[in-house]
Amino acid sequence: MIDKFIATAQAALADVPDGATVMIGGFGNAGMPAELIDALIERGARGLTVVNNNAGNGDTGLAALIAAKCVRKIICSFPRQADSWHFDRAHRAGELELELVPQGTLAERIRAAGAGIGAFYTPTAFGTELAAGKETRRIGARDYVLEFPIHADYALIKADRADRWGNLTYRMTARNFGPIMAAAAKCTVAQVRETVPLGTLDPEVVVTPGIFVKRVVRIASLRKAA
Amino acid sequence: MKKFERQQIAARVARDIPEGAYVNLGIGLPTLVADHLPRDREIVLHSENGVLGVGPRPAKGMEDEDLINAGKEPVTLLMGGAFFHHADSFGMIRGRHLDYCVLGAFQVSVAGDLANWHTGAPDAIPAVGGAMDLAVGAKNVLVMMEHLTKEGKSKIVERCSYPLTAAHCVNRIYTDLAVIDVKADGLHVVDIVEGLSFEELQRLSGVPLKRTSASKAA
Repeated sequence: MIDKFIATAQAALADVPDGATVMIGGFGNAGMPAELIDALIERGARGLTVVNNNAGNGDTGLAALIAAKCVRKIICSFPRQADSWHFDRAHRAGELELELVPQGTLAERIRAAGAGIGAFYTPTAFGTELAAGKETRRIGARDYVLEFPIHADYALIKADRADRWGNLTYRMTARNFGPIMAAAAKCTVAQVRETVPLGTLDPEVVVTPGIFVKRVVRIASLRKAA
Repeated sequence: MKKFERQQIAARVARDIPEGAYVNLGIGLPTLVADHLPRDREIVLHSENGVLGVGPRPAKGMEDEDLINAGKEPVTLLMGGAFFHHADSFGMIRGRHLDYCVLGAFQVSVAGDLANWHTGAPDAIPAVGGAMDLAVGAKNVLVMMEHLTKEGKSKIVERCSYPLTAAHCVNRIYTDLAVIDVKADGLHVVDIVEGLSFEELQRLSGVPLKRTSASKAA
Protein backbone atom coordinates (compact mmCIF):
# COMPACT_ATOMS: atom_id res chain seq x y z
CA MET A 1 0.00 0.00 0.00
CA ILE A 2 1.27 3.43 -0.88
CA ASP A 3 1.18 5.72 2.11
CA LYS A 4 3.10 8.98 1.85
CA PHE A 5 1.69 10.44 5.05
CA ILE A 6 4.39 11.19 7.62
CA ALA A 7 3.46 12.02 11.21
CA THR A 8 5.65 15.06 11.76
CA ALA A 9 7.58 17.68 9.81
CA GLN A 10 10.72 16.62 11.73
CA ALA A 11 10.36 13.01 10.59
CA ALA A 12 9.74 14.12 7.01
CA LEU A 13 13.06 15.99 6.90
CA ALA A 14 15.19 13.75 9.09
CA ASP A 15 17.44 12.69 6.21
CA VAL A 16 18.31 16.09 4.71
CA PRO A 17 22.12 16.04 4.49
CA ASP A 18 24.64 18.85 4.63
CA GLY A 19 25.13 20.48 1.24
CA ALA A 20 21.70 19.56 -0.13
CA THR A 21 19.89 21.74 -2.65
CA VAL A 22 16.48 22.57 -1.21
CA MET A 23 13.67 24.28 -3.07
CA ILE A 24 11.28 26.16 -0.83
CA GLY A 25 7.89 27.11 -2.22
CA GLY A 26 5.90 30.21 -1.46
CA PHE A 27 5.58 33.77 -2.58
CA GLY A 28 5.23 36.01 0.41
CA ASN A 29 3.33 34.09 3.04
CA ALA A 30 1.15 32.46 0.39
CA GLY A 31 2.32 28.88 -0.02
CA MET A 32 5.27 29.27 2.33
CA PRO A 33 5.81 25.94 4.13
CA ALA A 34 6.61 27.60 7.46
CA GLU A 35 6.48 24.47 9.62
CA LEU A 36 8.69 22.52 7.20
CA ILE A 37 11.24 25.33 7.27
CA ASP A 38 11.18 25.25 11.08
CA ALA A 39 11.80 21.50 10.93
CA LEU A 40 14.69 22.04 8.51
CA ILE A 41 16.27 24.49 10.96
CA GLU A 42 15.81 21.90 13.70
CA ARG A 43 17.40 19.26 11.49
CA GLY A 44 20.48 21.47 11.39
CA ALA A 45 21.85 20.55 7.97
CA ARG A 46 24.53 23.04 6.88
CA GLY A 47 25.84 24.32 3.59
CA LEU A 48 22.44 24.23 1.91
CA THR A 49 21.68 25.74 -1.47
CA VAL A 50 18.19 27.21 -1.25
CA VAL A 51 15.94 28.01 -4.20
CA ASN A 52 13.10 30.44 -3.45
CA ASN A 53 11.71 33.57 -5.07
CA ASN A 54 13.02 35.73 -2.23
CA ALA A 55 15.74 35.57 0.37
CA GLY A 56 13.63 35.61 3.49
CA ASN A 57 12.01 38.44 5.35
CA GLY A 58 11.52 39.29 8.98
CA ASP A 59 12.88 36.77 11.47
CA THR A 60 10.91 33.65 10.57
CA GLY A 61 10.87 31.05 7.79
CA LEU A 62 13.71 31.32 5.29
CA ALA A 63 15.13 34.34 7.14
CA ALA A 64 15.46 32.17 10.25
CA LEU A 65 17.14 29.42 8.21
CA ILE A 66 19.69 32.00 7.03
CA ALA A 67 20.11 33.37 10.56
CA ALA A 68 20.81 29.81 11.75
CA LYS A 69 23.72 29.73 9.25
CA CYS A 70 22.31 26.71 7.40
CA VAL A 71 22.48 28.30 3.95
CA ARG A 72 25.60 28.61 1.79
CA LYS A 73 23.97 29.83 -1.40
CA ILE A 74 20.61 31.21 -2.44
CA ILE A 75 19.12 31.17 -5.93
CA CYS A 76 16.31 33.71 -6.16
CA SER A 77 14.87 36.63 -8.13
CA PHE A 78 14.18 39.24 -5.48
CA PRO A 79 16.42 39.16 -2.39
CA ARG A 80 16.17 42.81 -1.43
CA GLN A 81 13.21 43.69 0.74
CA ALA A 82 12.70 46.20 3.50
CA ASP A 83 12.95 43.43 6.09
CA SER A 84 15.47 41.05 4.48
CA TRP A 85 18.08 41.95 7.09
CA HIS A 86 19.33 38.39 7.75
CA PHE A 87 20.08 37.90 4.05
CA ASP A 88 21.59 41.39 3.73
CA ARG A 89 23.93 40.83 6.66
CA ALA A 90 25.08 37.34 5.66
CA HIS A 91 25.52 38.35 2.01
CA ARG A 92 27.52 41.48 2.83
CA ALA A 93 29.64 39.44 5.23
CA GLY A 94 30.49 37.10 2.37
CA GLU A 95 28.89 34.11 4.09
CA LEU A 96 26.05 33.70 1.64
CA GLU A 97 26.41 33.46 -2.12
CA LEU A 98 23.64 34.92 -4.29
CA GLU A 99 22.62 33.74 -7.75
CA LEU A 100 20.16 36.33 -9.02
CA VAL A 101 17.77 35.01 -11.68
CA PRO A 102 14.88 36.81 -13.38
CA GLN A 103 11.65 35.48 -11.92
CA GLY A 104 10.34 33.89 -15.12
CA THR A 105 13.71 32.33 -15.84
CA LEU A 106 13.78 30.98 -12.29
CA ALA A 107 10.35 29.41 -12.78
CA GLU A 108 11.25 27.98 -16.17
CA ARG A 109 14.58 26.57 -14.96
CA ILE A 110 12.68 24.79 -12.20
CA ARG A 111 10.03 23.60 -14.64
CA ALA A 112 12.70 22.41 -17.09
CA ALA A 113 14.34 20.29 -14.39
CA GLY A 114 11.09 18.51 -13.64
CA ALA A 115 10.32 18.04 -17.32
CA GLY A 116 13.67 16.54 -18.28
CA ILE A 117 14.73 19.45 -20.47
CA GLY A 118 18.50 19.84 -20.88
CA ALA A 119 18.49 23.63 -21.39
CA PHE A 120 16.38 26.27 -23.09
CA TYR A 121 16.67 29.64 -24.82
CA THR A 122 14.76 32.56 -23.31
CA PRO A 123 14.54 36.16 -24.53
CA THR A 124 14.54 37.41 -20.93
CA ALA A 125 17.69 39.24 -19.81
CA PHE A 126 19.30 39.32 -23.25
CA GLY A 127 21.67 42.28 -23.41
CA THR A 128 21.63 42.79 -19.64
CA GLU A 129 24.21 42.10 -16.97
CA LEU A 130 22.22 39.05 -15.82
CA ALA A 131 23.10 37.40 -19.14
CA ALA A 132 26.80 38.30 -18.91
CA GLY A 133 28.98 35.41 -20.00
CA LYS A 134 26.04 33.27 -21.06
CA GLU A 135 25.66 31.63 -24.43
CA THR A 136 23.23 33.50 -26.68
CA ARG A 137 21.60 32.74 -29.98
CA ARG A 138 19.52 34.61 -32.53
CA ILE A 139 16.47 32.57 -33.51
CA GLY A 140 14.31 34.20 -36.14
CA ALA A 141 14.29 37.90 -35.39
CA ARG A 142 14.92 37.62 -31.64
CA ASP A 143 17.89 37.13 -29.38
CA TYR A 144 17.88 34.53 -26.66
CA VAL A 145 19.96 33.47 -23.67
CA LEU A 146 20.74 29.83 -22.91
CA GLU A 147 19.57 28.79 -19.45
CA PHE A 148 19.95 25.49 -17.62
CA PRO A 149 17.56 23.62 -15.33
CA ILE A 150 17.74 23.79 -11.55
CA HIS A 151 17.48 20.36 -9.98
CA ALA A 152 16.98 19.89 -6.27
CA ASP A 153 17.44 17.17 -3.71
CA TYR A 154 14.41 18.30 -1.74
CA ALA A 155 11.41 20.52 -2.37
CA LEU A 156 9.45 21.81 0.60
CA ILE A 157 6.06 23.03 -0.49
CA LYS A 158 2.69 23.90 0.99
CA ALA A 159 -0.51 22.61 -0.53
CA ASP A 160 -4.11 22.56 0.64
CA ARG A 161 -5.34 18.98 0.52
CA ALA A 162 -3.63 15.64 -0.08
CA ASP A 163 -4.47 11.96 -0.20
CA ARG A 164 -2.08 9.16 0.81
CA TRP A 165 -0.81 8.86 -2.77
CA GLY A 166 0.40 12.44 -2.55
CA ASN A 167 -2.10 13.96 -4.96
CA LEU A 168 -2.31 17.66 -4.13
CA THR A 169 -4.67 20.58 -4.50
CA TYR A 170 -3.71 24.16 -3.69
CA ARG A 171 -5.46 27.25 -2.46
CA MET A 172 -5.53 30.40 -4.59
CA THR A 173 -2.18 32.15 -5.10
CA ALA A 174 -0.53 29.77 -2.61
CA ARG A 175 -0.02 27.49 -5.62
CA ASN A 176 2.81 29.66 -7.03
CA PHE A 177 6.00 27.53 -7.16
CA GLY A 178 4.49 24.36 -5.63
CA PRO A 179 3.70 22.31 -8.75
CA ILE A 180 6.99 23.02 -10.54
CA MET A 181 9.19 22.56 -7.49
CA ALA A 182 7.42 19.29 -6.71
CA ALA A 183 8.50 17.97 -10.10
CA ALA A 184 12.06 19.31 -9.93
CA ALA A 185 13.20 17.62 -6.70
CA LYS A 186 14.20 14.05 -5.94
CA CYS A 187 12.28 14.19 -2.68
CA THR A 188 9.28 16.49 -2.44
CA VAL A 189 7.76 17.06 0.95
CA ALA A 190 4.36 18.74 1.05
CA GLN A 191 2.78 20.21 4.12
CA VAL A 192 -0.98 20.33 3.76
CA ARG A 193 -3.91 21.76 5.65
CA GLU A 194 -5.96 18.61 5.31
CA THR A 195 -5.42 14.97 4.44
CA VAL A 196 -8.29 13.05 2.89
CA PRO A 197 -9.00 9.39 2.08
CA LEU A 198 -7.91 8.11 -1.33
CA GLY A 199 -10.66 8.75 -3.87
CA THR A 200 -11.89 11.92 -2.20
CA LEU A 201 -10.04 14.39 -4.42
CA ASP A 202 -11.77 15.00 -7.72
CA PRO A 203 -9.22 13.85 -10.32
CA GLU A 204 -10.23 16.85 -12.44
CA VAL A 205 -8.95 19.25 -9.79
CA VAL A 206 -5.74 17.52 -8.72
CA VAL A 207 -3.00 20.01 -9.59
CA THR A 208 0.08 18.03 -8.57
CA PRO A 209 -0.29 14.30 -9.19
CA GLY A 210 1.23 12.09 -6.52
CA ILE A 211 4.05 10.88 -8.77
CA PHE A 212 5.83 14.16 -7.93
CA VAL A 213 5.39 13.87 -4.17
CA LYS A 214 7.29 11.63 -1.73
CA ARG A 215 6.08 12.75 1.69
CA VAL A 216 3.03 14.52 3.05
CA VAL A 217 2.71 16.10 6.47
CA ARG A 218 -0.53 17.50 7.77
CA ILE A 219 -0.08 20.76 9.65
CA ALA A 220 -3.38 21.21 11.36
CA SER A 221 -3.55 24.77 12.54
CA LEU A 222 -2.58 27.80 10.57
CA ARG A 223 0.29 29.49 12.29
CA LYS A 224 -0.42 33.08 13.22
CA ALA A 225 2.03 35.72 12.16
CA ALA A 226 4.55 36.51 14.88
CA MET B 1 2.58 74.90 -15.37
CA LYS B 2 0.79 72.42 -13.13
CA LYS B 3 2.46 69.01 -13.30
CA PHE B 4 0.31 65.91 -13.61
CA GLU B 5 -0.27 64.38 -10.17
CA ARG B 6 0.41 60.65 -9.72
CA GLN B 7 -3.30 59.88 -9.90
CA GLN B 8 -3.63 61.93 -13.08
CA ILE B 9 -0.81 60.00 -14.71
CA ALA B 10 -2.48 56.76 -13.64
CA ALA B 11 -5.81 57.94 -15.09
CA ARG B 12 -4.09 58.89 -18.35
CA VAL B 13 -2.57 55.39 -18.63
CA ALA B 14 -5.92 53.78 -17.83
CA ARG B 15 -7.58 55.72 -20.65
CA ASP B 16 -5.27 53.98 -23.15
CA ILE B 17 -6.14 50.43 -22.06
CA PRO B 18 -8.84 49.03 -24.32
CA GLU B 19 -11.76 46.71 -23.70
CA GLY B 20 -10.72 43.06 -23.45
CA ALA B 21 -7.05 43.73 -22.68
CA TYR B 22 -4.96 41.44 -20.47
CA VAL B 23 -2.77 43.71 -18.40
CA ASN B 24 -0.01 43.45 -15.80
CA LEU B 25 0.52 46.42 -13.50
CA GLY B 26 3.99 46.59 -12.00
CA ILE B 27 4.69 47.19 -8.34
CA GLY B 28 4.58 50.80 -7.09
CA LEU B 29 3.22 53.68 -9.17
CA PRO B 30 1.63 51.42 -11.84
CA THR B 31 -0.69 49.78 -9.31
CA LEU B 32 -2.55 53.12 -9.14
CA VAL B 33 -3.80 52.48 -12.68
CA ALA B 34 -6.21 49.80 -11.44
CA ASP B 35 -8.41 52.37 -9.70
CA HIS B 36 -8.82 54.39 -12.90
CA LEU B 37 -9.72 51.66 -15.39
CA PRO B 38 -13.04 52.60 -16.99
CA ARG B 39 -15.83 50.58 -15.44
CA ASP B 40 -17.53 50.00 -18.76
CA ARG B 41 -14.56 48.04 -20.08
CA GLU B 42 -13.76 44.42 -19.18
CA ILE B 43 -10.03 44.46 -18.56
CA VAL B 44 -8.31 41.44 -17.01
CA LEU B 45 -5.45 42.13 -14.61
CA HIS B 46 -2.65 39.59 -14.37
CA SER B 47 -0.31 39.23 -11.44
CA GLU B 48 2.99 37.35 -11.79
CA ASN B 49 2.49 35.19 -8.75
CA GLY B 50 -0.21 33.29 -10.60
CA VAL B 51 -3.58 34.99 -10.97
CA LEU B 52 -5.74 36.47 -13.72
CA GLY B 53 -8.77 38.56 -12.83
CA VAL B 54 -7.24 40.48 -9.94
CA GLY B 55 -9.86 42.61 -8.17
CA PRO B 56 -9.60 45.50 -5.73
CA ARG B 57 -8.12 45.38 -2.25
CA PRO B 58 -10.48 43.56 0.12
CA ALA B 59 -12.32 45.34 2.91
CA LYS B 60 -10.44 45.50 6.19
CA GLY B 61 -10.70 42.16 7.98
CA MET B 62 -11.51 40.31 4.75
CA GLU B 63 -7.87 39.78 3.70
CA ASP B 64 -6.79 36.21 2.90
CA GLU B 65 -3.06 35.48 3.05
CA ASP B 66 -3.44 33.01 0.19
CA LEU B 67 -4.83 35.69 -2.13
CA ILE B 68 -2.17 38.30 -2.85
CA ASN B 69 -0.65 40.13 -5.83
CA ALA B 70 2.97 40.34 -6.93
CA GLY B 71 3.48 43.22 -4.50
CA LYS B 72 2.39 40.78 -1.75
CA GLU B 73 -0.63 42.96 -0.99
CA PRO B 74 -4.02 41.37 -0.31
CA VAL B 75 -6.35 41.43 -3.31
CA THR B 76 -9.67 39.93 -4.36
CA LEU B 77 -10.55 37.75 -7.33
CA LEU B 78 -13.12 38.87 -9.89
CA MET B 79 -15.68 36.56 -11.46
CA GLY B 80 -13.95 34.66 -14.26
CA GLY B 81 -10.59 34.79 -12.50
CA ALA B 82 -8.12 31.91 -12.53
CA PHE B 83 -5.10 30.65 -10.61
CA PHE B 84 -2.03 28.99 -12.12
CA HIS B 85 1.52 28.13 -11.17
CA HIS B 86 4.55 30.37 -11.63
CA ALA B 87 5.89 28.75 -14.82
CA ASP B 88 2.51 29.15 -16.53
CA SER B 89 2.31 32.72 -15.27
CA PHE B 90 5.63 33.64 -16.82
CA GLY B 91 4.78 31.62 -19.91
CA MET B 92 1.89 34.04 -20.36
CA ILE B 93 4.32 36.92 -20.03
CA ARG B 94 7.17 35.69 -22.23
CA GLY B 95 4.80 34.01 -24.65
CA ARG B 96 3.40 37.39 -25.65
CA HIS B 97 -0.08 36.77 -24.31
CA LEU B 98 -0.23 39.95 -22.23
CA ASP B 99 -1.47 42.95 -24.18
CA TYR B 100 0.00 45.55 -21.85
CA CYS B 101 2.30 45.88 -18.92
CA VAL B 102 2.80 49.10 -17.02
CA LEU B 103 6.19 49.53 -15.34
CA GLY B 104 8.03 52.13 -13.35
CA ALA B 105 11.48 53.22 -14.51
CA PHE B 106 14.74 54.89 -13.50
CA GLN B 107 15.50 55.72 -17.14
CA VAL B 108 14.17 55.14 -20.65
CA SER B 109 16.40 55.75 -23.67
CA VAL B 110 15.54 57.27 -27.01
CA ALA B 111 15.65 53.74 -28.44
CA GLY B 112 13.16 52.47 -25.87
CA ASP B 113 15.73 50.76 -23.66
CA LEU B 114 14.45 50.39 -20.11
CA ALA B 115 16.40 50.59 -16.85
CA ASN B 116 14.24 49.89 -13.84
CA TRP B 117 15.73 47.16 -11.67
CA HIS B 118 19.10 48.20 -10.31
CA THR B 119 20.96 51.43 -9.70
CA GLY B 120 24.24 49.63 -10.24
CA ALA B 121 25.66 51.09 -7.04
CA PRO B 122 28.48 48.77 -5.93
CA ASP B 123 27.07 48.18 -2.44
CA ALA B 124 23.45 47.76 -3.57
CA ILE B 125 21.94 44.29 -3.37
CA PRO B 126 20.30 43.78 -6.75
CA ALA B 127 16.77 42.41 -7.08
CA VAL B 128 15.09 41.85 -10.41
CA GLY B 129 11.84 39.96 -9.86
CA GLY B 130 9.72 39.77 -13.00
CA ALA B 131 10.79 43.07 -14.55
CA MET B 132 12.96 41.58 -17.31
CA ASP B 133 10.31 39.04 -18.27
CA LEU B 134 7.58 41.68 -18.47
CA ALA B 135 9.76 44.05 -20.47
CA VAL B 136 10.55 41.47 -23.17
CA GLY B 137 7.22 39.69 -23.09
CA ALA B 138 4.29 42.11 -23.04
CA LYS B 139 2.98 43.24 -26.42
CA ASN B 140 2.97 46.86 -25.22
CA VAL B 141 5.26 48.16 -22.52
CA LEU B 142 4.02 51.38 -20.92
CA VAL B 143 6.28 53.25 -18.52
CA MET B 144 5.11 55.59 -15.77
CA MET B 145 7.70 57.80 -14.13
CA GLU B 146 8.56 61.31 -13.13
CA HIS B 147 10.07 63.19 -16.02
CA LEU B 148 13.01 64.52 -14.02
CA THR B 149 15.17 63.20 -11.21
CA LYS B 150 15.27 65.01 -7.89
CA GLU B 151 18.34 66.80 -9.24
CA GLY B 152 16.35 67.98 -12.28
CA LYS B 153 17.98 65.63 -14.79
CA SER B 154 15.84 64.06 -17.49
CA LYS B 155 15.00 60.39 -16.99
CA ILE B 156 14.56 60.14 -20.74
CA VAL B 157 18.11 59.74 -21.96
CA GLU B 158 20.24 59.12 -25.02
CA ARG B 159 21.67 55.96 -23.40
CA CYS B 160 20.72 54.45 -20.05
CA SER B 161 23.49 54.85 -17.48
CA TYR B 162 21.79 52.36 -15.14
CA PRO B 163 21.91 48.62 -15.90
CA LEU B 164 19.36 47.64 -18.54
CA THR B 165 16.20 45.70 -17.87
CA ALA B 166 15.67 45.12 -21.59
CA ALA B 167 16.60 46.86 -24.84
CA HIS B 168 14.12 48.36 -27.33
CA CYS B 169 11.05 47.43 -25.30
CA VAL B 170 9.21 50.61 -24.26
CA ASN B 171 6.28 51.74 -26.41
CA ARG B 172 4.95 54.75 -24.51
CA ILE B 173 6.16 56.90 -21.61
CA TYR B 174 3.80 58.70 -19.22
CA THR B 175 5.40 61.33 -17.01
CA ASP B 176 4.25 64.23 -14.88
CA LEU B 177 5.05 66.51 -17.84
CA ALA B 178 4.10 64.61 -20.98
CA VAL B 179 3.03 61.47 -22.80
CA ILE B 180 5.62 60.35 -25.32
CA ASP B 181 5.60 57.54 -27.87
CA VAL B 182 8.81 55.66 -28.56
CA LYS B 183 8.99 54.91 -32.26
CA ALA B 184 11.65 53.68 -34.65
CA ASP B 185 12.33 57.23 -35.80
CA GLY B 186 12.46 58.74 -32.32
CA LEU B 187 10.32 60.16 -29.54
CA HIS B 188 6.93 61.60 -30.45
CA VAL B 189 5.19 63.88 -27.99
CA VAL B 190 1.51 62.96 -27.64
CA ASP B 191 0.44 65.16 -24.71
CA ILE B 192 2.04 67.99 -22.79
CA VAL B 193 0.95 69.24 -19.40
CA GLU B 194 -0.97 72.52 -19.56
CA GLY B 195 1.21 75.61 -19.41
CA LEU B 196 4.37 73.90 -20.68
CA SER B 197 5.52 74.67 -24.20
CA PHE B 198 6.98 72.06 -26.53
CA GLU B 199 10.23 74.03 -26.56
CA GLU B 200 10.44 74.02 -22.77
CA LEU B 201 9.68 70.27 -22.67
CA GLN B 202 12.41 69.77 -25.25
CA ARG B 203 14.86 71.75 -23.13
CA LEU B 204 14.02 69.83 -19.93
CA SER B 205 14.18 66.46 -21.66
CA GLY B 206 17.60 66.97 -23.22
CA VAL B 207 16.95 64.44 -26.00
CA PRO B 208 15.41 65.15 -29.40
CA LEU B 209 11.61 65.17 -29.32
CA LYS B 210 9.27 65.24 -32.26
CA ARG B 211 6.17 67.35 -32.33
CA THR B 212 3.24 65.43 -33.72
CA SER B 213 -0.03 66.79 -34.99
CA ALA B 214 -1.57 65.22 -31.91
CA SER B 215 0.78 67.14 -29.56
CA LYS B 216 -1.39 69.33 -27.42
CA ALA B 217 -1.94 70.40 -23.91
CA ALA B 218 -3.95 67.68 -22.16
